Amino acid sequence: MDKRIYYFDNNATSRVAEEVAAAMEPFFHGLYANPSSMHFFGGSLQVYLDTARQQVADLIGAKPEEIIFTSCGTESDSTAIYSALRSQPEKKHFITTQVEHPAVLSLSKSLEKQGYRVTLLPVDTEGRINLEDLKNAITSDTALVSMMWANNETGVVFPVEEAARIAHSRGVLFHTDAVQAAGKVPINLAESKIDMLSISGHKLHAPKGIGVLYVRKGIPFKPFLIGGHQEEGRRAGTENVPYIVGLGKAAELAKKHLDIENVKVRALRDRLEAGLAAAIPNTKINGKGAERLPNTLSICFEYIEGESILLMLSEKGICASSGSACTSGSLEPSHVLRAMKVPQTYAHGSIRLSLSIYNTEEEVEYVIKEFPAIVERLRAISPFADGKPLFGAEPQHKD
Amino acid sequence: MWNYTDKVYEHFKNPRNVGEIPNPDAVGEVGSLSCGDALKLTLRIDKATDKITEAKFQTFGCASAIASSSVLTEMIIGLTLDEAAKITNQQIADALGGLPGKKMHCSVMGMEALEAAIANYRGGKAGKRVVTGAERIVCKCFGVTEAVILKAIKVNGLRTVEQVADFTKAGGGCGQCKGEIEKILKDYWSNADNKKFADMTVVEKIKVIEKVLAEKVNPLLKKDGGWIELVDVAGQTVKLRFLGMCSGCSSSAITLKTVVEKELKENIDPSIEVEQA
Repeated sequence: MDKRIYYFDNNATSRVAEEVAAAMEPFFHGLYANPSSMHFFGGSLQVYLDTARQQVADLIGAKPEEIIFTSCGTESDSTAIYSALRSQPEKKHFITTQVEHPAVLSLSKSLEKQGYRVTLLPVDTEGRINLEDLKNAITSDTALVSMMWANNETGVVFPVEEAARIAHSRGVLFHTDAVQAAGKVPINLAESKIDMLSISGHKLHAPKGIGVLYVRKGIPFKPFLIGGHQEEGRRAGTENVPYIVGLGKAAELAKKHLDIENVKVRALRDRLEAGLAAAIPNTKINGKGAERLPNTLSICFEYIEGESILLMLSEKGICASSGSACTSGSLEPSHVLRAMKVPQTYAHGSIRLSLSIYNTEEEVEYVIKEFPAIVERLRAISPFADGKPLFGAEPQHKD
Repeated sequence: MWNYTDKVYEHFKNPRNVGEIPNPDAVGEVGSLSCGDALKLTLRIDKATDKITEAKFQTFGCASAIASSSVLTEMIIGLTLDEAAKITNQQIADALGGLPGKKMHCSVMGMEALEAAIANYRGGKAGKRVVTGAERIVCKCFGVTEAVILKAIKVNGLRTVEQVADFTKAGGGCGQCKGEIEKILKDYWSNADNKKFADMTVVEKIKVIEKVLAEKVNPLLKKDGGWIELVDVAGQTVKLRFLGMCSGCSSSAITLKTVVEKELKENIDPSIEVEQA
C-alpha cells in the first residue's frame, strides 16, 4: 500500500508492536515443539509459557494460575458465561447491559432461546450505568452479571469494581469484558471482587487470534472447549506458543505504557475532540459527561450519514469507524447510540476515532485539517442540513 | 468494507446534478432522518414535449444512496415522463454496475422519489410519498407500505423476508412485522399469476398465457380481423398460431415479436420466447 495510513481505528484492532513481533519470531523458526511433549525440546518451551502467563498476570494484578489463554475475546466471553451458568444449573437468570459488545449481547439472545431469563441494564444519555438498576435486577435465581469494563464505541467506563461488590454481596458471580480496557486503565484484580475477566490480544498490540480469560482462584469453573489437558484442563487445544509469547510481551509493554496512554494519548484525543468540535458546527460528543477511556472519541455529525463520512476519510488515508446503520449492513444505527437515546438527526452520522500510543500530534492535526471539508461537502448534498426544511414523517421507533 | 463497484465510488466522489432547482416543476421526496436515508428530487419539465430537461438531487445517506441518486438524475434527463416512469430500481442498480444486496433499498429510494415527482407533476399532489389509509403501513419503524413491498417483490422476484428488508428496509428495524411480510410473500407467490414462468406447471403456464392472449393480445388483433391461439409450451418457448386475417399476413412475423411477445414478456415473464407454430 503506497498511501499513507492515518490509523485511528485502534478499538477495532491495533498494530502489532515491533517488540512483540520480535519476541514471537523464534517460535516460527527454531522453537516449534509442542510444550506437552515428553522430550527435552517440548519441555524447553514451558518456561516461555510461564513467562507470558506472569506478564499477563502482572498487567491485571492477578496470579499466574488465574490466567487461561484462549483464541480471542469472544471465546473468553463465551467460556466465562457458559461456565457460570453450567456450574450453577439451578439458576436461570443472567444480567448484562444493553450496550455490550456482540460477543456478550448475541450470546444473551441465544441464552434466552435456551430458556434463560436475561436482564439488559439500560444506560443514560451519557452512556452510564445506574448501579441501582443492577441492585434491583439481582434475584436469588441470578447466576451471573456480565458488565463490560469500557464500551468499545464510546469508551465510557463502567464502575465494574463496585458492580462486582454488589454482585458478590448477593452471592452472584461477576464477569467483565475488559477487551477495550486492558492496557488503557489500571486493573488490579487482587483488590477486586471480579471473578472473571476477558482480554483480547489484538486490541493491545499483540496479533489477532489470542485472548485471555482470567478466572479467580477458587470459583467454580467448567471448560468451554473439551479435549486435552492444556491450561490445567480449563481450555483444551495445543498451546499457541508464538501468540501466547507475543501476548505476554504486549502485556508487559501495556503495563509500561499505561502512563503514556493516560497522559499523551489522552491529550491527543482531547486535542482531536476539541479541534473537531471547534471546526465543525452541529457535532455531538457521545459520553462526554462520563468517565471515558483515554483513547476513544465518538462524535456525531448532524444531518449526514456515517458511511459516507468514513469513505471520504478513507480517501484521505484516515482509518476510522462508524456506528451508522449503513456500515454494518443492519438498518438501525448502533445499539449503543440507541441505548443512549442519541437524537435521530445525529445517530446516523456517528464516527469513532480511537487512538493508540503510536499516534502522533501531526496525525491528529492532519485529521482536524481534513475533516471539516468532508462534513461540509456531505452537508451540501444533504436535504436536511442547516436551515433547509425537514420533510418526511418521522416514524416512531418502539424504543 | 462494502464491495462497491468503481461506478458507485465514482458517482459518490463526483455526484452529478447536486442541488435543488428553484421553483421546480416537480418535487419527489422519500425517506426521513430516522430512516437513515432520504432523497429529494427536483425536476424541470418542458411542457410542450413532456421531457425532463433538468434534474437535481439532495441525498442524506450512505455512498450507495448518493451514487443511486446521482446516476438516476443522469438517466432521466432527456426522457419524457412516460419513459422515465418505466425506470425500475434494478435499472438504477444496473447503471451503477450493481449494488450489494443489502444496499438495494438505495436504488428503490431513487425509483420512489422519481415516482413521487412524476405524481407531483401530473396530479399536483404534494411530492411526498404520501401514506394514506389505502396504503397500509406494514413496517412501522421505516414507514414502508404494503404497496411498496409488493412492488419490490414483483420487480425483483424477492422470495425471503431478508430480501424484502434488503430492498425496502421493511422488517429491518424492530422486526415485529416480519410475520406479516412473510404472509405477504406467501400470498404473492402462491398466486399463480406471480410465479416465475420457469417455476410454473404446464397447466399454470397455459392458463396465464391464455389469459394474456384473451385480455391483451386478441382484442388488438381482432381489430384487423384476426386472432392467435396457443399451440404448445416447451420450457420458456411458447408456440402460437395466427388465425383469421392474421393467417398468412405478411406482417404477422413482426406482430408476433412486437405485440405478442412483448405482451407475454411484460405480463408474465421476460424470459418468454415466442415461435410461430
